[in-house]
This record gives sequence, structure tokens and C-alpha cells, in this order.
Amino acid sequence: MGIPFNILIFQIFTGLALGTIFILLAIGLSLIFGLLTVVNFAHGAFYMWGAYAALLCMSCFGNFWIGLIIVPAALGSAGMAVEYLLIRRVYGLNPDYPLLLTFGLSLIMIEVVRMVFGTAGYPFDAPALLRGSINFFNLFSFPSYRIFVMAVTAAVIICLWLFLEKTNVGLIIRGGTRDSEMVRALGIDISKIWLLVFGIGTSLAGLAGILSAPMRGVYPEMGIAMLVECFVVTVVGGMGSLKGAVISGLLLGQVVSLSALFAPAMSNIVIFIAMAFVLLIRPSGLFGVSGLLE
Amino acid sequence: MGDDRGSNRRDFLRSIGALGSAAAFGGIFTKASFAQAKAPIKIGFVVPLTGPYGTEAADQAAGATLAVEEFNAKGGVLGRNIELLVRDDKLKPDESARRTQELLEKEKVHMVAGSIGANTQLAINEQCKRAKTIFMSTSASNEITMAKDVSPYTFSEATNLWIITQAVGEWTYKHVGKKWFILAADYGFGWQTTEGFRAIGKKLGYTEAGLINHPTGTTDYTAYFPKILAAQPEVLLLCNFGKDQLNSVKQVHEFGLKKKMKVVCPLLVITARREAGDEPFEDIHGGATFYWEMANTIPTAKTFVNGYRKRWGRPPTDMSGYAYSGVKGLLSAVQRAGDMDTKKVILKLENYVYDYYKGKEWMRAWDHRAMQDILVLGSKTAKERTEEWDVFNIVEVLKANDKQERSAEALGLKEGVPLSKML
Repeated sequence: MGIPFNILIFQIFTGLALGTIFILLAIGLSLIFGLLTVVNFAHGAFYMWGAYAALLCMSCFGNFWIGLIIVPAALGSAGMAVEYLLIRRVYGLNPDYPLLLTFGLSLIMIEVVRMVFGTAGYPFDAPALLRGSINFFNLFSFPSYRIFVMAVTAAVIICLWLFLEKTNVGLIIRGGTRDSEMVRALGIDISKIWLLVFGIGTSLAGLAGILSAPMRGVYPEMGIAMLVECFVVTVVGGMGSLKGAVISGLLLGQVVSLSALFAPAMSNIVIFIAMAFVLLIRPSGLFGVSGLLE
Repeated sequence: MGDDRGSNRRDFLRSIGALGSAAAFGGIFTKASFAQAKAPIKIGFVVPLTGPYGTEAADQAAGATLAVEEFNAKGGVLGRNIELLVRDDKLKPDESARRTQELLEKEKVHMVAGSIGANTQLAINEQCKRAKTIFMSTSASNEITMAKDVSPYTFSEATNLWIITQAVGEWTYKHVGKKWFILAADYGFGWQTTEGFRAIGKKLGYTEAGLINHPTGTTDYTAYFPKILAAQPEVLLLCNFGKDQLNSVKQVHEFGLKKKMKVVCPLLVITARREAGDEPFEDIHGGATFYWEMANTIPTAKTFVNGYRKRWGRPPTDMSGYAYSGVKGLLSAVQRAGDMDTKKVILKLENYVYDYYKGKEWMRAWDHRAMQDILVLGSKTAKERTEEWDVFNIVEVLKANDKQERSAEALGLKEGVPLSKML
């Protein structure tokens, strides 16, 4: 079939934007898994809480930008509280325990929102500054808000990378992942590091929540579908690999976008086909460390 | 902001509780306490209170409750109080079947009403058919009146997607554009609306610019947009519902598709419209079976809307209307029959012409479908709105018409032969 050049470029760019959203959604999950080997099933619920927290911020301050700072901070604190009170108790046990714990937690978090805010969702608009669209060489135009989200995601990835690779805390975190006994023996309180990592993970979920709200709406079940996407991105990239999450997010964005052009009804299944394909060839994902879950 | 909904929900639960205890502990609230001398008439009401249609289900339960309370306030029916037994089927057919069976066997309900969802209503219908108990469906469905599923006991107060697409499709062709692109959810709702739009389009001579079936539950529609833009349709028909509609409308707006084409949805509901906010729905049209501003022109609608607002603190939706009218229809048929005998009640329901909440409707005897007006709604802008529930304007009322439904042959039934003849 003949596809005009501008449509193809538009499609590929759409895929790139989708891919960055995938990364944004998955990065917190990937981080927590990679460093704590905790499969955080409540990631979607934290994401949803992020969107509702954004809603509260909007009604209190009427300003999206304040929300963009408060929401990740609030969700990070909530995450740390959860780590301190709950997750901490199941470290070192069979991976099923944190999985079941966070799954139960996610059900509670969804139900709490339903009770407080009701079952219906709420509107959430992009900030006025980002309502328009940007024209790309007269080939296509793209909403400014999505460009903004891509930029924020890129910034987050760079900051995280710098943090993990170039700071002392990052060094301890990486050391702690490889051999926590050794890190302890050096006189470092590893539990504080884990607290911090879990907090960063949930704060990234909160950031994804507020950034997604203008694109996908705010409702109690919004984290459920999103969690599936996150897992696919994380599993394809390799559980626990930041680089893997970035590359697999971009890859899956293109897969979804191009399949929408050629076989639209398949566009949800293709990511699972891609996942199965990758797992057959590399069971621990593209950049995964083998043996993490054993 | 969250408070009003939270309290609505609590009020609602409290009221359901109060209704139950009122029925249990005597007729303090009813004018005619002698009604207590006889056992109450029990109506089972099965809706998916938990799950994706929870809000719509709560609207239905509220509508049904209002109908029952109105009858009880006038001393019940045949000197007996009415008791409504609301059950949650969680939108799962096996759950619907179990809840219905419990209602029929343990609670010994006299009639059943309710349902939202294509498969759940068929499951409820199966149980009612087996128990030879009347079931008044309140969910739009093409199948429920077809030969395989319909029975003398099966009635549908709701219209169906076929009828809605015929009405909305014709209006779209005449007033919006003739070159259509269809973006449809890949399940029953999407398939049936696509089928309906294509049929009316073909009859009128439309051009189809393209069709995309998207998986249900898709959260990002942007990957479909290049193809839609390239096809340059005059009209984009968004054949999806619920969160799918919410997300696709938001993103269609975000990507500026509305500057290139007009957007029409088979069904517009207050819930998704409120969840998306004002701008995304601007300039989008769609079908509906009820909107509370009908109160401005129709006396029964005025009574219904006022009563509902007084009782629940919000205006009724299409779903509240179906449930209210369906339950009222059942009780009024019992009253006219003067007897609880199922056959007598069925005969009173068949061919009955009524106006409970939205103008004239009639229950056809040969397929048990309530024929009713279909609305075309437009969306109000933030400036035009006067209050939070004031979100649509009625663009046109498409009068009920027997010919809009599929032929008797297509349904596998015989036109003019009442289903009660099978009894």
C-alpha cells in the first residue's frame, strides 16, 4: 500500500512520543525492581494517586506547575511510608511475598479513591501554556503538551543516570544491589538507601500520573491498564535495567505505532508478541541481569 | 470537589439501606399502612454496581428506587408494598446468573429488571426464562429481542444500538457530512455500531473513507491519527464507549483532528462528558435516549427530573430513565392487570402506549421492544453551561419510528404476532 512520506514520518514520530510515555510510566517500576528486587504491583495505584494528587493541587492552587513539584514529592513520601511500614518486612523472602503485598496494597489504594472521590473520573486539562501544537516542517503538527512530556522524560532519564552513575549515593545504591552484605560491612545503613530508592520509584510513578492526566484522564482504574504496559516495557528491557527500559520503551512505541498503520486491530497484541519473541531469545530481557528472581 | 460525589454515594447507600428497613419494619413512611397486611411485591434488580459501569449502575439503582418509592407513597400496588432488591453482578455473566437465581429461588421475587452489558443481560434473561418470570432489560442490546433469546417473559425498556445508529447516522448524513471514517472498539459495541452506521450509510449513499478497529481499553489513540488524517474524511465516527470514548475524544481534541473533520459518537453520556471536561467534547455530536433538559418541553420529564433531583441531588441520566421507566412499567402493568398472574401482566405490557418520563413510548407485542425517541446532543462550552450537570444541548429529537428497527425477518420473529401467543 502506498503511504505518503509525511504520514510515515508522522507515524514514526507518534511512535517516538508513545515510546517516551512508555518509558516515563515504566521507569519507576524498573528502578525499584532493579535495586530492591521487589516487583511493585502497586506501581499503577501510585500512578493513579499521582493523578488524583494533581487534581487536588489544581483545586487548591489552580496551577499545574506547582502540582508538578508537589505531586512527585508527595508520592515519594507516601512510597517511603509504605516501604518503612510494609515492604521492609518482606525483604529477603521469596519474591512472591512483596508481589502479593503490593498487589493487595494496590486494591486498597484503588478502593480508597473510589470511596473518597467516587467511581466517576474527573477532567484534567493541560496547562494553558501547552494547549497549542507545534508544526514540523509543514509535514505534520504535534501537540505541544506531548513534546513537553517527551522533554520531561528525557530530563528524568538523564538525572537518574547522573544520580546513579556519578554520585556517592548512586555508588552505594549500585553497590547495595550487587552485595548488600558487603555494603553493610563497610558501615553503611543500607536500609536508608532502600527507603530512598522506593521513594524515588513511587515519586516517578506520581510524576507519570500528573503528566498522563491531561492525555488519559483521571479515574480510579487508570493504573490497571498502565501497569500492564509497564511490565511489558520492563520485561522486554530486562527487569532492573534502566538502559533496557529506555530502549525497550522506544522500541515498543515504534512497534505499536507502525502496527496501528498496517494492522490496527493488532496494536495491543503486538507488544505481547514482541515480548514473547524477546523472551524466547533472551530470557532475562534485552539488558537484564540473569538470576535476579531466583 | 470530591466531597459532593462522596456524599452522594453515601446518601445513596444510606437511602438504599433505609428503603430496605422501611420495607422490613413497616409502613411508617407509606400513607397506607394497611399495605403491610399483605406480603410485599418483590422486584429483583441486577446491575454491575462494581466495575467499569459502576456509576451508570448506581444511576439505574437510583432510578428504580425512585419508581418504587413513588408507588409505595401512593399505597403500593394491589394494596401491597413494593420491595426492590438490588444486586451487584460485577459485570460478569456468571455472577449475573447466580444473583438472578438467588433472587428467584431464595427471595422469590415476582419480577426482575435491570442490567447493563450485553452478556450479563442475556445471562439474567436465561434465568428468568427458565423460572417463567418477567425480565425487564434496561440495557441497550441488539440480541435481546432476537428469536434466539427473546421469550414471552423478556422485555426491553432500552432501545438498541441498531436503532440509535440508524437515527444518528441519518442525521449525520443530512447535517454533518457524507464521507465517513469509522474508528470502532473491537468488541460488541464497536461492531454493532459499525454495522448500523454502514447499513444506514449504504442506504443513503455515503462514502467510507476507512475503518479502524481498536482493541478495547486502548489508552493511547494517537498511533491511529496519521491514517485518519490521511484519509481526509468529513466525519469521524467514534464507535466506542466509556473510558475508550473518554480517551479517544481527549486525544482527538489534543491532536486538532476536529479542525479537519467533524466528530460524531453513537452515544454521548453525561459521565464521560464530565470526566473529559469542556473543551474535548466541544463541537462533537452524538446520540442519547434522554437528557434532563427534556424537562423544559415534556411534562412527564419535568416531573421525573424534579422528583429525581429532590431525591438524589442530581439530575437523572439515560440510565436512570431506563430503570425508572422499566420498573414503573412493570408495576403499572400489575396494577392494570389487577393480579400478579404472570400471563395477565404480560398481556398488559404488550402493545401498551405510555409516557413515563420522556414522551410517548410503546412496547411492541411481537418483539417486546420499547420504541422511543432518540436525541441528537451537542456539547455546551464552558461559557454556555449554567451548572455542573448542564453539559449538553438537545440539537434534535428524532421521533420514534417502527421502521428504524430491523425487520421481523432479521430478528427471526413474526411481525404482528404477540410473543404472548407462545404461552
